[in-house]
Amino acid sequence: MTRERIRRIIQAALIVGAFSICFGIVSGARAQGELLNVSYDPTRELYRAINTAFTAEWQNKTGQKLTIRQSHGGSGAQARTVIDGLNADVLTLALAGDIDAVAERSKKIPLDWQKRLPQNSSPYTSTIVFLTRKGNPKAVKDWGDLAKPGISVITPNPKTSGGARWNYLAAWAWAEKAYGKDEAKVREYIAAVLKNVPVLDTGARGSTTTFAQRGQGDVFLSWENEAFLVLQEFGADKFDIVVPSLSILAEPPVTIVDGNVDAKGTRAAAQAYLEFLYTPAAQAIIAKNFYRPRNTEAAAPEDLARFPKLELITIDTVFGGWTKAQKEHFADGGTFDQLYKPAR
Amino acid sequence: MSDSPLPAAIYRTDRALRDGFWIRALLLTLALGFLLLFLFLPLIAVFVEAFAKGYGLFLESITEPDALSAVRLTLLVAAIAVPFNLVVGVAAAWAIAKFEFRGKSLLISFIDLPFSVSPVISGLVYVLLFGAQGFLGPWLKAHDIEIIFALPGLVLATIFVTFPFVARELIPHMQALGSSDEEAALTLGASPWRTFLTITLPNVKWSLFYGVLLCNARAMGEFGAVTVVSGRIRGLTTTMPLHVEILYNEYNSVAAFAVASLLAGLALVTLALKTYLEWHFADAISAKSRH
Amino acid sequence: MAGPSISFTSRRGDCVAVTASSWRQPSILPGFGLSLAITISALSLIVLIPLAALFLKAASAGPADIWAIITSARTQAALRLSFGAALFSAILNAIFGLIIAWVLVRYRFPGRRLLDAAVDLPFALPTAVAGIALASIYAPNGWIGALLAPYNIKVAYTPLGVMVALVFIGLPFVVRTVQPVLEEADADIEEAAALLGASRLRTIFRVILPGIVPALLTGFVLAFARAVGEYGSVIFIAGNVPMFSEIAPLLIVIRLEQFDYAGASVVATIMLIVSFALILAINGIQSWSRGRLGHV
Repeated sequence: MTRERIRRIIQAALIVGAFSICFGIVSGARAQGELLNVSYDPTRELYRAINTAFTAEWQNKTGQKLTIRQSHGGSGAQARTVIDGLNADVLTLALAGDIDAVAERSKKIPLDWQKRLPQNSSPYTSTIVFLTRKGNPKAVKDWGDLAKPGISVITPNPKTSGGARWNYLAAWAWAEKAYGKDEAKVREYIAAVLKNVPVLDTGARGSTTTFAQRGQGDVFLSWENEAFLVLQEFGADKFDIVVPSLSILAEPPVTIVDGNVDAKGTRAAAQAYLEFLYTPAAQAIIAKNFYRPRNTEAAAPEDLARFPKLELITIDTVFGGWTKAQKEHFADGGTFDQLYKPAR
Repeated sequence: MSDSPLPAAIYRTDRALRDGFWIRALLLTLALGFLLLFLFLPLIAVFVEAFAKGYGLFLESITEPDALSAVRLTLLVAAIAVPFNLVVGVAAAWAIAKFEFRGKSLLISFIDLPFSVSPVISGLVYVLLFGAQGFLGPWLKAHDIEIIFALPGLVLATIFVTFPFVARELIPHMQALGSSDEEAALTLGASPWRTFLTITLPNVKWSLFYGVLLCNARAMGEFGAVTVVSGRIRGLTTTMPLHVEILYNEYNSVAAFAVASLLAGLALVTLALKTYLEWHFADAISAKSRH
Repeated sequence: MAGPSISFTSRRGDCVAVTASSWRQPSILPGFGLSLAITISALSLIVLIPLAALFLKAASAGPADIWAIITSARTQAALRLSFGAALFSAILNAIFGLIIAWVLVRYRFPGRRLLDAAVDLPFALPTAVAGIALASIYAPNGWIGALLAPYNIKVAYTPLGVMVALVFIGLPFVVRTVQPVLEEADADIEEAAALLGASRLRTIFRVILPGIVPALLTGFVLAFARAVGEYGSVIFIAGNVPMFSEIAPLLIVIRLEQFDYAGASVVATIMLIVSFALILAINGIQSWSRGRLGHV
């Protein structure tokens, strides 16, 4: 080995290093024609379709070629990364509570953000249904069955997942109705359900994998859209959707992150992107991806026919809004912490 | 070595030196069974699952734009982290192996520390330091510098976890070689740099390469540390291992295992190179122990 | 000049007491200041200052909160699982690692060198890849999981799954520390023992094993240290049920995702202190055995 060769190797290494650092800095500074949509777990397929439609429309209108980047994860976890500095242009999370947390802690969103877009800033809704193995062998019909011994229930962790919080509140609402607001009985019921949960993933997607792919559990408390998606991905011959007597109207809200879009100069595109969600074209895509559209006119009738009719309670009427529900049930020391004590 | 001819081939002695047939069979079965269960099956599973739906889908999965950008990002992160650790590792080995000073063993322990720190902690510390709510967050924001959820954060976390690799390989080797070659060159009037480049580096080149190889494998495959600082922006801040996780969570098992099989291929290449080095340059690489 | 196995015989590293006046021994070699400066500044910037930030954050929680976090049932369960599973897997790896090293060194069989090379696979295979592969094999519908399912043995999504992942990632350590020592072990002593009439078992337990104990111990502690902090391969197979199959590193991530920075930092600090103690233990074992036995 000659000295020349070694020197060349070192030089090459240094050049590569320096070059990569420069490249990194350049690529770190994001282009203007780019939006980052930070979303929750089950919306991957929805926003893939929406993004394609919107970028085409945007290019038609403005001539600008727009790239929309996606980041998905548990809703609470995603909110945390934005609070920690992830430069999201728009937030499309599972529930208002998570966006409230971002508004409060990062100060990048005004606290009254939910009033800025129509219908609580939720361009689509969904609900919670049960997914069981084909033929529903354990005969799970309604929320009450979840508390029976020997039933294994799959749900994600309410601390990190938005879907899981909807699950929890829906169960709570059913119990309040069933036991006539007898709080001790409601708590007993919730504790019994939680005792039947063998796995708590951090996001809805992790739970779906656990239930559908890994064969864990008898019943999966799932977003309605996620349940349909499972039938589509894994085959309708393997699972049944069971619609309980009552469920909760889940309103996954959207907002622009003012602090970030103003710093990046992307406000116009971000605003247009969210408004696009309310257009008939987007509402049709929403229905196609198993979310309940706000405006049914443009949606395909066969897509709409898939949504079962059931009694939907809202968080505002039963729980007095997210801030209250979050504090009572999911904050440290809330009912979830009190009731979740696995036997093992 | 143990098979050297015996001075007196007494039956009893032979029996005391060799394992009997049944013992050999038992130990061999145990060893092979254990390796099969824990090593080979997972490796095979990766490739079987990757090609489960045919070659076409496999190819489609790894040439899809997000997968390609994950590959690019992984290479880029390694291209920055590995040279950095190469330089620091050589400097650390030089200071530790060639000189005696107080606090040396503490320094060695500190260099080794990232090896035993949980990767999650390696990511967490940077979030605490550079995150918007972290100690330096407000200052970074004021100066419009992005570290967390961008390339610099991924690079820092990767450098952290791969910090000891090069130094670990070099220190024992340099210690073993001693300093007399360098002393002779310097006495004969060679300049310090010349001495380093013509004497020291060629002496340790193979263990250096060995260290870089391991460092690179870990850098490209790191998951725990980068998962905390990535922000998971598809096609932008997802390295290959993160991309695998994302695909896996999208029920896209074939694509997940397809990308995973690329990483497994990388691991196999690393192993092949490593084994080649060990077979052909065993003399030039010091102890195999302690990676 | 130095040969291949110098590190087993050379004691250069720990010779000669340092002279009282200076903190370093004089040497004619140049570059001490530069190389030490690079090392210490890189070490500080990349490792030490960030870790100090962790301590600072953990300390900011206040003693009462720190105590509450440490003593909370969930933290304790996670720490117990992480340390317990790591201990079990390290023991398993010590036993099987010794057998594998023995087989590789003492037996000749076709495919031996291939096997020898394959032992390092866990070093080279990314942990996430190992995680999804192990999860798919040991899940109830996987290759091995399906074999065990009729006997009602669940591996994936239980602490057993955690152990499987930890065995995988810790596998090479014991083999790679014990193997060179076995190779170097003097056959003469063994022959002498045999000639003096020792039985095979006696030879093994009185002659061979004592010589490899330091290496075995080093490998064991290395495997343990690596296993305690492992994340990537475990989370896919563990099922992550709090109080049951949730490992401490995952608890750190979850606390972080719940905005609980102090909680994350406190758990991380506990693990960090243990990690550092383990590293000190490894270095201690090595200098002890170098002094006593002249190898490892």
